[in-house]
Amino acid sequence: MKEKIKKYYLFMLVVLVDLILWLYWPDKGITAVKSTGDYLLEMLLFIPPIFILIGLLDVWVPREIVEKNVGPDSGVKGVVISILVATAAAGPLYAGFPVAYTLMKKGCRLSNVVIFLGTWATIKVPMLMMEIKFLGLEFAAARLILTLPAIIISGYLVEKLLAGARKADTPEVNKITG
Amino acid sequence: MFNIILFVSAAIGLLISNQRDKKKTKQALKKAVNSFLNLLPSLLGIIGLIGLMLALVPRELIASFFGNNSPVGIMIISAIGSVTLLPAFVAFPLASSFLEAGASIVAVACFITTLLMVGVITAPLEIEYFGKKFTFWRNLSALVMAVIIGPLIGVIVR
Repeated sequence: MKEKIKKYYLFMLVVLVDLILWLYWPDKGITAVKSTGDYLLEMLLFIPPIFILIGLLDVWVPREIVEKNVGPDSGVKGVVISILVATAAAGPLYAGFPVAYTLMKKGCRLSNVVIFLGTWATIKVPMLMMEIKFLGLEFAAARLILTLPAIIISGYLVEKLLAGARKADTPEVNKITG
Repeated sequence: MFNIILFVSAAIGLLISNQRDKKKTKQALKKAVNSFLNLLPSLLGIIGLIGLMLALVPRELIASFFGNNSPVGIMIISAIGSVTLLPAFVAFPLASSFLEAGASIVAVACFITTLLMVGVITAPLEIEYFGKKFTFWRNLSALVMAVIIGPLIGVIVR
């Protein structure tokens, strides 16, 4: 319970500042609360379907598909599948670490691990919808088109930079908590 | 219009899913509710901050730092994006409020790209999985790519 309240500290602080503003500089306080209300309303109007889509993707696109298809001999198919799963999965960059680690352990090329992480972090179907909504279709499309090659380039770049050093540096992680 | 498409696709998804597997559909709805509740505290907090920023920080100040595509401003906002740990759901409204407050498309593009791809706070976790060298080079290359992508987006979008 205490943990739950702790998460709301930032919001409570904001409300407090809003109150003080409203008492001493009413016009600023009203502007602040009004802008917050506008953004909140806009988000609450379309967040429910996005979360339903995330839930559905999460249930129907199991991450094990990646693990089954990325052995050393899986080739391009494994990479394509892992990218597709990455775009459908929910969660921030760090939620992708354990999945990418599994890829690496299964013998996936290092460049593909980097590509997988990059896709996981930047190209998500539900996220793109948020982006289109708030920054416009043009912005979202431009970012998507530019990011994809950038991810692939940095994948091969990192692989080159780590050539030879990989074995020595990669720790044997046995304490994965997931 | 956009909202209608979203609601319709979510409804169709639910219908198809429910036809195939009721249990999985229930699970998906539960996940949807849970992830929303998890997000709620930071959502309320950040959106509250957005309101304060729009009310208190003068437009000219933000515009003079992040509105004229100066290299210093872009470096600062990329650094902020690299060290910030925010769910993407909150990041996009925040980015849109930056635009509203006078920041340029390039600055906002750099902020979003670094925020999503570079993780300074999560680096210790990344090191645990992939080692120091991997983490360093992956993050550095992501930072460089972000600083290249940002101005390009600025060229494409008006």
